[in-house]
Formats: sequence, structure tokens, C-alpha cells
Amino acid sequence: MTTPSTTAASQASARAAARYGVDGVASAPLPWRTSGDGLGHDSDLDAPEAPRRRTGAGVSGLTTAEDLDRHDKLAMMRSGELGSVHSWELVTAVDGPGTRLTVFLNGCPLRCLYCHNPDTLQMKDGEPVTADELLARVKRYLPVFRATKGGLTLSGGEVLMQPAFAARILAGAKEMGVHTTLDTSGFLGANLSDEMLANTDLVLLDVKSGDPETYEKVTGRALEPTLKFGRRLAESGLPGGVTAEHPVEVWIRYVLVPGLTDQAEHVDVVAEYAASLNEIRPGTVTRVEVLPFHQMGRDKWETLGREYELTDTPAPDVELVDRVRDQFRAKGLTVY
Amino acid sequence: MTSISEARSTTGGQDDATVPAWAGFTAGPWQDTVDVRDFIQRNYTPYEGDDSFLAGPTERTTGIWAKLSEMFPVEREKGIYDVDPHTPAGITAHAPGYIDKDAEVIVGLQTDAPLKRAIMPNGGWRMVEGALETYGYPVDQELKKVFSEYRKTHNQGVFDVYPPNVRAARSSHIITGLPDAYGRGRIIGDYRRVALYGVDQLIAAKKLDKLDLDTQPFSEKIVREREEHAEQIRALGELKQMAASYGYDISRPATNAREAVQWLYFGYLAAVKEQNGAAMSLGRTSTFLDVYLERDLANGVITEEQAQEIIDDFVIKLRIVRFLRTPEYDSLFSGDPTWVTETIGGMGDDGRPLVTKNSFRFLQTLYNLGPAPEPNMTVFWSPRLPQGFKDFCAKVSIDTSAVQYESDEQIRPAWGDDAAIACCVSPMAVGKQMQFFGARVNLAKTLLYAINGGKDEVTGKQVSPVVAPVPEGQPLDYDDVRARFDKTMDWLAETYVEALNCIHWSHDKYAYERLEMALHDKEVLRTMACGIAGLAVAADSLSAIKYATVMPVFDERGIVVDYVTEGEYPAFGNDDDRVDSIAVELVESFMAKIRSHKMYRDALPTQSVLTITSNVVYGKATGNTPDGRRAGEPFSPGANPMNGRDTHGMLASALSVAKLPYNEAQDGISLTNTVVPSGLGRTREEQIANLAGLLDASVGGDGYHMNVNVLVKETLEDAMEHPENYPQLTIRVSGYAVNFVRLTREQQLDVLSRTFHGAL
Repeated sequence: MTTPSTTAASQASARAAARYGVDGVASAPLPWRTSGDGLGHDSDLDAPEAPRRRTGAGVSGLTTAEDLDRHDKLAMMRSGELGSVHSWELVTAVDGPGTRLTVFLNGCPLRCLYCHNPDTLQMKDGEPVTADELLARVKRYLPVFRATKGGLTLSGGEVLMQPAFAARILAGAKEMGVHTTLDTSGFLGANLSDEMLANTDLVLLDVKSGDPETYEKVTGRALEPTLKFGRRLAESGLPGGVTAEHPVEVWIRYVLVPGLTDQAEHVDVVAEYAASLNEIRPGTVTRVEVLPFHQMGRDKWETLGREYELTDTPAPDVELVDRVRDQFRAKGLTVY
Repeated sequence: MTSISEARSTTGGQDDATVPAWAGFTAGPWQDTVDVRDFIQRNYTPYEGDDSFLAGPTERTTGIWAKLSEMFPVEREKGIYDVDPHTPAGITAHAPGYIDKDAEVIVGLQTDAPLKRAIMPNGGWRMVEGALETYGYPVDQELKKVFSEYRKTHNQGVFDVYPPNVRAARSSHIITGLPDAYGRGRIIGDYRRVALYGVDQLIAAKKLDKLDLDTQPFSEKIVREREEHAEQIRALGELKQMAASYGYDISRPATNAREAVQWLYFGYLAAVKEQNGAAMSLGRTSTFLDVYLERDLANGVITEEQAQEIIDDFVIKLRIVRFLRTPEYDSLFSGDPTWVTETIGGMGDDGRPLVTKNSFRFLQTLYNLGPAPEPNMTVFWSPRLPQGFKDFCAKVSIDTSAVQYESDEQIRPAWGDDAAIACCVSPMAVGKQMQFFGARVNLAKTLLYAINGGKDEVTGKQVSPVVAPVPEGQPLDYDDVRARFDKTMDWLAETYVEALNCIHWSHDKYAYERLEMALHDKEVLRTMACGIAGLAVAADSLSAIKYATVMPVFDERGIVVDYVTEGEYPAFGNDDDRVDSIAVELVESFMAKIRSHKMYRDALPTQSVLTITSNVVYGKATGNTPDGRRAGEPFSPGANPMNGRDTHGMLASALSVAKLPYNEAQDGISLTNTVVPSGLGRTREEQIANLAGLLDASVGGDGYHMNVNVLVKETLEDAMEHPENYPQLTIRVSGYAVNFVRLTREQQLDVLSRTFHGAL
């Protein structure tokens, strides 16, 4: 017999396991989206519906605002007082420097074929957590951030689906002197205000393909907003820019999927793009992470009753991973 | 304080200035009384640099180790390499033994040959006989007669005095692992004294102590101490004799580094020749020895390579300490542990780090000889440790998984800056404090007794006092269950303390550790080291009852044998105060109950949250629990959260455990973590920095202990299939390291099922 609680626990554990690639490295959660309506607008907000926790221990330790009705929740989400949160974790070495409080937000405009966190897709599936509650958790870990030279990472889902909430968290964290990181596809880069950008130390920018057609095939969306966002990040650190005093740092991430994103010429485009950001402002892109595709998210698709197209896709072999990493290295980038 | 100067004058000794062995040392009170700490403080040289000075193994070292390594597979195959079934162990019982007489820098073996075990019948004859039969050796009938008819053993003594309630609790596995049939161990002789003072001065000092006892009128206490002192003095004499058989006169102090190591080792060797204690820990020797090494290095007497060679050879000896034990014992303790725990690093009361070059040399043996579980390398961690040392520790952990960390910031304020760990997590001031090892009680099973009105959920027997079981047909009520649990814990504490008092009374009487106690002060602080297992299961079960709905399922005997849990509950290990506070409360309340009882020899009661690896055995003896754990499933080890339920990263898990208050668990709180290398960083530099940072954040904060394994699961799986390829694969379990391929298959699977933190 398995009790619901242990099932939830093992799901949570599987979820945690799924975040880590075949080589044990976490890759960014890459959620997707099927409809194309109202991106980045207020109306795109969706209130968490879950009357009680269904995702197990995801937000354990955070008090959730379950008593509010939908109308109040939406009002608070618009003002940024409330967010839809999937889970949090204290992680080392994968979502930015040191040990980080990584917060996964619910809701994403993309529909990546290989998404291994499909449970973060819908904003309504998250838990209602107030900005104050989350910031209290940030404060609790100040000694951890100090000891490990770590900080806060906002991930998802797509963090920029909830810009008002993200803005509050970034501002609150910065006020406490915490290093801040955004883990984003950049598709909703327009949602990042200059003020938010000024409160951001590092952006993990996930470029899913250098080829617009492939990008659309993989994500269901257009590539250009991501490229534009990256250029804005580089430019913001130039004299007179928003982050001129503390130029924002960028790590480019590239998920390597055999048969989908392994074409040499497409990889080259991303590598050239990454290098071009350093031409705009030297030192913008401090590392590139090539993340080998894995099948660990597969069971979640099944759990969610969704069709998974990559059932037969293998993990890339070492030679392929090396080849792709070398392509980035050839552009003078630091690559892992 | 034991007087040395008086002792010297009574034995016609020299003036301080003319003790040649002490030439160049800074004078101080240590010359007048036995006070090793004072000697260290006045003479050691803190080292703030990195590991670049270290030397690799010499050809000689590699040769000796290779010779032993050829013998290990035979030992693993047979269970033991060899045994002398005819000679009851003792300090002088066996002729000298060597691995390679001409090549050894440090000499001395427990018997006359390496890996040959001795029989130690004083603990109990049954253990000896069982082991000999298991491994196919003859049982000496003459000896059997002696130790069953003429000479009473500890084991017989205990069972003469156990009351029925203790026997019932013991046989139902609610109190287990008790040292009633084996040596209690966890006593650290201050072996450094042998090197610093020489045995004659120690004997003279002990004679003065005894003289003081002789002048006091009879009481049971005084006469016992008189007898103990007589035994101690006798043991010191035998120690001298044993060293002499190897050609060394250790009646005088050591005059150089090699002698200091040799003298100290003889002290330790005498202890392990005589006592088969569950844990025979070494103490805190590396920084003490550094004083001698620094003096020789400064005088140009030795090179760094030679300094390392001395330590390497010493560590080789510590690695081959062996005891004859039964397979049941080994399965309880996982493999064949000896817990030759060496405490390294930490800070001094004056703010100087106690890190020396020799702290590095001890850890360097893990490279020079390859990883190994023994000696149990234990680093006292403080955020104030020099960065070079922190980085080296992190590096060694990443490469070998053979280091454990304990909080210097918790231990120093409680026990001073010359404390060391006995066994896994038990701290004690060296030479001034010992413990009565008390194994542990099964808290999860106790909760089941509370639910079942005192009946055992497996056997159906009434074990704890009769009360009405929980009502049928309704979910468990938190307040009701908590109140029942509290009452059952009252009974448990009383029964447990009674058992421990019986055991230690008998152990003192029939298997007194005379040599180890000879290397203690006259006045010794004794702790009664109680312990709890199954804390996470108990806390999660109570959390389930409180936050979810738990329906008890009764069987035809009217006993609750299962639970249907609906809804979710916060699980221990996610830095969630709702459940972590339950765990804290359990620790506090059980400690309070223990404290309310009278202790043998007025010992100071303490407790540990530690299972060694008996978490597998405890789990086996415990039925289904309300948290959803199935009957027979292993508990999590030590204070660890249940495997797979700590879903918010390794540090969140550690922070939950760090909430358990050290003041209510002064015998230590154990936490074991496993992380894959890439979960620490992309580059080696990043991994080292991140691990050091994590240790600062955990054991440098409120955490007490952390075992760190840096491993990928595939390595362990491959090692299960091909043990021959992994003779030295070392992993940390609850509080100590083990050779992975020597674990039972069940224990290996348990280790594999534990949470591997892909990222911390």
C-alpha cells in the first residue's frame, strides 16, 4: 500500500531527480504553452486554484494564502503581492554561483517538446504565496548566502509571466543585499522593467535554438524576443545604461537534444550570438552551459496525461556533447 | 590534576631543565602536572597555509601497504584473515609481530602477525565461541572451562542483574544494541601522555593518586577506586613490558618525532590488545605530534618526506586494528568497524586555529595509501578555520568521501578545546572524561506501543504497561496519541536507564578498561550516553497524524498493524518548522525523562541521535508506521530525514536537522549526506569552494555533524556487481566510514536508496 502522502513524497523526489540531467547537472526547467493569447499582460495572470497542496512538499515551510478567493488573488497578483509558486529548493552550483534559494514559479508561454518540468506550465497549478512570505524565506537564508557566496534565483515556469511579483521579490532581495539571478527563456524579456533589471545580478538565458524555425518547432514560439532581450542585457551595462554601475552578467544555456538541436550550423548561430553579446559589452556572457537532454522528465508527462514526443530520443553521447561545447569554445567562450 | 613534579621527585627524577626529551619546548605547568593540553597550547605552531608542502608516499610506504593489500581480499573472502584461538588477549599476551620488520618505521601489532585476531573473552565467552565456530577455528575447551566455570564474564554479570522488564524490552527490540555481550568502548585513553611523560612518570603519578585514596576510610566508592588504580598501575607496567618486547624503553619520555609517534602508538596498541570495545578511538593526536615533528624539522633531523612517512606508517597500523566479532555483530554495525577516530583541526579557546601541518599530513594519508574507513578522520569545523585547511578538507572529501565533520562551535563551549570524538559523534575532553555507552532506543516502535496500549505490533506481546489502545473506527487524534506517546516514553526512559546502570556496573566489574583509564585523570567526568533511533519516522508519523488524516487498521488480534493516511503532511527535512518542531520536542522531552533517573556512578546523562547503521536492523523490527513507511523498511540513518522525503535540497535537509538542540543531545546528532560531484560545481575549484561554503553554512552554523559522500550512484551499483574492483571504496554512513564492499547486500541497497543530492 502506498499512502497518498508517500506517493506525493516520491513524486516530489522524482521531480527533484528530474531536474538533474544525465550527468547530474540541473538544467533549467523548460515549460511550454499551447495557446497563444495575451502574453505578458495583466490578463494573462491566472490565480492558483489548488485548494490544498497537490504537489507534495513543493512549498513546504511557506505559508500559503489559500483562504483568499479568486478575485482577491488576482488583484494581489496584479500588484505583485501574491505569486503562483511551484516549489523552492536550496541548490548548489546549478542555478548561479554558490548555494541558492531557487524558487520555481508557475506559468510559461513556451511549449518545449523536451520540457522536463511540465508541472510548472500552468499558473493556476501553483501555490499562492505572498511576496512577504517568500522574502521572509530569503531573509532566513542570509547566513547561507553569506557562507556560500550564493543568493536567490527566480526560475520557473517562466519568471517573467509574473513580472509584478518578480519585481517585488527582486527589489526586496536587493534591499537585503542578496545576489539575484533570473532563469528565463527571454521570450517575455519585454516584461522585465528597467528597475527590475537594475535589481538583477545574473541572467541565465536559455537559447533553445539559433534557428528560428527550429526554435518554433521546439517551443511553439518565436526566437527573436530572446535574442533582443540578450542584446538589451548587454547594452544595459554600458555607460549610461540601467546596470552600468553593476553590469548584469549572463550565462547562456543550450539544451542539446539529438535530432532536434544538434545541427552544427544551428549551434554555431547560438555561439556567434553569445559571442556577439560580448562584442556589445565585453564580459557580458561569462559562461555557456551545454545541457545534455535526458529522459528523466518523461514520467511527469505521463502523470499529467500529456503526449510526449521525445520518447525515443536518446541522450546525446559524449562525442556530441564535446563537439557542441567545442563549437562554443571556438568563439572564445567559457563552456561547461 | 595528577602531579608529575612530585612524582618525579619521589622517583628520584630530574629537574625540568634537565629532562632532555623536553629540550626546546616552552616550559609551563605541563611539566609539573599531567596536562597535555597545556603542553600543546604553549608549543604548537598553527599552520595557515595550503596543502602545497605535502609529500607523497615513499617507496617503503607503498611497499608495506602493497603487502597488506594482498592480504585484504583473503580477509574479505573468509571474513577474517586469521585468529589465535588459544591465547586470551592481554597487553603482553602475544609475542611481537611485524608486517616487514626491517622496513617498518612504527612497529607493533595486536598479535604476532598482521590481521591475526585475538580472542577477548572478558566481555563474554559466547561471542568468542560463536566467532570461532563461524570462521572454522577450534574452540579451546580448556579456555571455555576457564571463562564459563572459573572466571565470570561481563555478559554473565549483566544477565545476573537484569530485571524482567529490561529483558522484555530488550527481546522485543525496543531497546537494542546494548553493550551487554561485547565491550562498551567509547573510552579514549590520553595516549599522548605516554609520549610526553614516559610510562614511569605516569606510574609514579598514579601511585600518588592511589596514596590519596589509601588515606581515605572505606566506602564502596573509595575501595573501588583503589582497586581500579591498582589495576591501572599494573596495566602501565605491562605497557612498558610490551614495548620492551619490541626493543623500546618507553619508561622515559619520547625524545623525537618518531619516538613520540611510536610511544603514543604503543599506548593505543596496549588498549586494543586488551579491549574489544565497540569503538576504540584514538583521540586528538595530530596537533600534539606536530610539536615533535616541527622540532625535528627545525633541527634538520627529518625532512617533510620523512615526517609524512612516519605518519603514513602510523596510519597503516591504525588501519589494521582488528577484533574478533560475530557476523550478527557485524551486520548490526555494518562491516567490521573499529572507530579509530582521530579528531583533527578545530579552534583553540584563545582564538588560534588548532590546525597544524600535521593535520594536513593525517588527511594526506588518504591519498598516499588510498581511501579507507579507518582511522575515522574527523574534522572539527569552524567558519574561523584557515581557508587553506578548509579547502584541503573539501578536496579530500570530494576525492575520498572519507572525512566527517563536527561542529567545533558546539563542542568547544561544552567540552573545551582539547575534546575528541569517540566513535562517530560522541565528544569528550581527552583524559578527563569517559562515557558509558548506551546504544539506543527505538522511538518509532515506542510510538507504535503507545498506539497499541503497550503491545508489540509484531509479536502481540504486552511489553510496556497496559493501557487502552486507540479507539477503532476513527482517525488518530494528535493530542491523544501525543499524550499516550509521552506516557510510553516515561516507561521507556525508566527501563532504559535501568538497563544501562546494570550494564556499566557489570562492565566496570568484569571488563574494566584499566589501560585506557590509566591514561585518564584521577577525577573523571562520566556521561551516561543514551540514544534514540527512528526520530524522523516518529516525527513524520506525528506530523501525519496532525496534518493529514490517519486511520488505524486493526487486525484480528485487535492490534493496529497498518495506517491509511489521506492528505499530505509536512515531512522532516525540508526546513519546515511545523514538523521540525515536533522532532525538536521529542528530543527535548525524552532527554528530560532520562534526566529524571539516577545514574550509575552519578554519571551525567546525555543522549545521541545516531543509529550507526543499525537503522536497517531497527527498521526490520518495526511494523508499519503512520508516516507511510512499510513494516521492515529501514529507518533513515541517525538524525537524517527519511530517504526521499527531503525534497528541498541537501542544505534545507541539514537545516532541519540543525534545529535539534545540541544541549539536549550532548552525545551528538548525526547527519549523512550524499551528493554527486557535479552537484557541487562545474569545475574542481568551484566544487571545493562550494563544499567548504556548505560546511560553513551547516556545521559552521547550528548543525552538529555531517558525513559527506561525494559519489555517483553508478559507482556504488558497479561496486555491488564487481566488489573485486573496489577494494578501497569508502563511504560515510551514520557517523563513520565503511568499506562499501564489506557491507551486507541489504545495507548496500539501503545506502543506494538514500537521497542522492543532485544539487545541494
